[in-house]
Amino acid sequence: MRSIVSYVKSSTFLRETGITLLSITLAFGVGCIILWAGGYSIPAVFANLWKGAFGNKLAIGQTLTKATPIILTSLSFLVAFRSGLFNIGAEGQMYIGAIATAVVASRLHLPAVLHAIVALAAGGLAGAFWGWIPGYLKAKRGVNEFVTTMMLSYVAIGLTDYLVAPRGPLHDPRYMANQTARIDLTAMLPRIMKPTQVSWAIVVAGIMVILVWYYLFRTPSGYELRSVGQSPSAAEYGGVRIKRKLIFALSLAGLLAGLAGAGEVLGTHFRFVDGFSPGYGWDGIAGGLIARAHPVGAIFAALLMGALRAGGMQVQRSGAAPGDIAAVLQGLVIFFIIAPTLVRMLFRWRRRRAE
Amino acid sequence: MPECAIEMKGIVKRFPGVTANNGIDFALERGEIHGLLGENGAGKTVLMSVLYGLYYPDAGEIVINGAPHKNYRPARAIGLGIGMVHQHFMLVPRLTVAENIMLGQEPTKNGILLDRDAAIKKIEAFSEQYGLPIDARARVEQLPVGEQQRVEIIKALYRGADTLILDEPTAVLTEQEVEHLKAALMKLKAEGKSTILITHKLREAIGMCDRITVLRKGNVIGTVEAKETSERELAEMMVGRDVVFTVHRSETTGEREPAMVVKGITACDDRGLEALKGIDLELRKYEVLGIAGVQGNGQRELAEVLTGLRSTTAGSIALGDLNLTRKGAKAFIDEGIAHIPADRHLRGLVMTFSLCENAILGRHREKAFSPSPFWQRRGVMTRFTREIIDAFGVKTPSAGTLAQNLSGGNQQRLIIGREFSKNPCVIIAAQPTRGLDVGGIEYVREQLLKMRDQGAAVLLISMDLDEVLMVSDRIAVIYDGRIVATRDPDSTDRRELGELMLTGSLSEERQAGETA
Repeated sequence: MRSIVSYVKSSTFLRETGITLLSITLAFGVGCIILWAGGYSIPAVFANLWKGAFGNKLAIGQTLTKATPIILTSLSFLVAFRSGLFNIGAEGQMYIGAIATAVVASRLHLPAVLHAIVALAAGGLAGAFWGWIPGYLKAKRGVNEFVTTMMLSYVAIGLTDYLVAPRGPLHDPRYMANQTARIDLTAMLPRIMKPTQVSWAIVVAGIMVILVWYYLFRTPSGYELRSVGQSPSAAEYGGVRIKRKLIFALSLAGLLAGLAGAGEVLGTHFRFVDGFSPGYGWDGIAGGLIARAHPVGAIFAALLMGALRAGGMQVQRSGAAPGDIAAVLQGLVIFFIIAPTLVRMLFRWRRRRAE
Repeated sequence: MPECAIEMKGIVKRFPGVTANNGIDFALERGEIHGLLGENGAGKTVLMSVLYGLYYPDAGEIVINGAPHKNYRPARAIGLGIGMVHQHFMLVPRLTVAENIMLGQEPTKNGILLDRDAAIKKIEAFSEQYGLPIDARARVEQLPVGEQQRVEIIKALYRGADTLILDEPTAVLTEQEVEHLKAALMKLKAEGKSTILITHKLREAIGMCDRITVLRKGNVIGTVEAKETSERELAEMMVGRDVVFTVHRSETTGEREPAMVVKGITACDDRGLEALKGIDLELRKYEVLGIAGVQGNGQRELAEVLTGLRSTTAGSIALGDLNLTRKGAKAFIDEGIAHIPADRHLRGLVMTFSLCENAILGRHREKAFSPSPFWQRRGVMTRFTREIIDAFGVKTPSAGTLAQNLSGGNQQRLIIGREFSKNPCVIIAAQPTRGLDVGGIEYVREQLLKMRDQGAAVLLISMDLDEVLMVSDRIAVIYDGRIVATRDPDSTDRRELGELMLTGSLSEERQAGETA
């Protein structure tokens, strides 16, 4: 506890938070200019954005529902990032996790609670496998994980699409839609904010935030993972087996993204629906960066992204502006957050070159 | 036409804490090959960087082709006909030879279109004229190092250089490639070009150059005709004779029994070339074994092999009865082998971690710090870090400060504190005093001797011959990946060691002198 207080008081925390808030403010500022140039009413847009995101219980429910998978995909990105890798493939890992969960939750029959836990575990493990492949290729063959994780995403989306399409092995014949059968009641994550879709999945996400934080900052393995990301040669000097660590980091990233998919199946849709994600996996990249690679920051980053998604829908409905403005704002936030990081990185690089 | 292509008069260049050039006079005659000889840190590269415009001198005058020039940038130096071939090539590996050479000076057709053929023709003409055979259409990444160097030389010529500066050109070459380079330099000389050759290899300096200027600690010791000098004379000029002992090395009482035994070790460097060619060493308890040698003779690889960071291709490493051959770094750490790495920024510390997290690097698996894989005891870590800070005098605001915010000396104290506080049986110290101020240097040397007095076997790898002479109980000389001699520091001197370091053997006259 004392350490948390001292951390909050420390200049690092204040600086990081300050930079993030400044970036968000700047993003909204530039967003205003774009709206003004487009001839839209700025107050109307922001009023609707707020209304759609936090205006009433339903709006808050929307925001939280959308934030839930983004928390997990943000964690997925930042765990890999901490080890020095870019996991661009959370979207695919999430799809693989979701389909595995849907199979276990509908084909396996277990008592309540246990069924949900087993289904969650199945989703996590399937996602972990999807992360392990690029990890293995990176460690053993030096294949760029940026490319492989992204490409495997498309493989995962295509593969799951085939599985649930008509005549696919997991297709629910009662409906035309590309989806699996409904999952067992015993596997469902209960809704906790009826009538909204917020479910126990958000609690699972919260627990994972704590576990990832604990892993990274309070276990020797997490310490090794961070040292590999910060300085591979120093980690090697410290006796860390770097290749194993890289494989592990991407597997863990896949596991977290897989859980995001599992949560969507068990708590939101109650089945695997093709195209269920509006891009939660990609949002995780932004989320992880906005969180400045800190697990606790992932909660706030995901809430911001979820709010923008939920609010954007309301902006669209109200006709104040196209809903895409939410995507524009999201893009601007990311830009302003990454820009100072990039500038700083360039400076550091140039200094090193000068030495 | 003035006789001298380049004259540098009274060049002074200071860096924080060091005077790299302390009033250097240097003259390059037209059409000569002039060797610039000196130990590491003698100021050769700094002097040439000043000439090439990479640094502005603090004092002094530079006259190029009879006209004085001041505070110019490399672009201007190129315009004045000076070309530099760096030790690490500045080529784009993905581009072809021709593309690399014309980069920045692309010939065009009608002012717009790139005229690749014209460039290739021009390059081929140069290539033939100077006897530097090269395939202008090949991609640079596919070429062996020797040819890449040729590309660099042609690039300089293409830009109109009539004075070439080559920074340790032979360091990366095979014997045969050295011969080719020599032939090319002779051809360039015949064409009236002047060359400055930075080197620390005596034989090459004598074999390739017309005149040789020797630098030591930022001063010119003298300029000699290559034909009238000998390796021995040059070695003496380079290493000097003034030795000052400052650290007192007491006799130890302990039994000097073998701790780590290394037999016939061979290993490759990062480029896959054999860097260690059969090393035999015996590290003994209560003893500092100093490794003397000129940089780049396998010291880096040796330190990495003895700490499990580099795999060996043959030979064995044993610690007592325990076989450590081909084990990873973890095994070496677990057996109590401490390592002070030569590059503390890259290896010794994670610069973006706090001191607290750095204090356990490599020791983080110890039970005291993590009783189980799921638990790291931050409180214990902090207390431990504070102990190191106190015991080893690390100057820092707190244990939570980032390592990058510490001065070099304090970073080194933290590393030493971490490594020595685990009571190591063997210590591999690579360049432990590099970049430190006088106080820091003395402290590190005293600590090394203290550990030796407590019974540790210490291996000290250092490019500083004074340091090796001062701290070691035994000295092994490394040359070209081999231990060429072992000496007792009390019955040898800088001259003998210098000759061994620089030539790998002793000249006949010295051997004769010894028997007489």
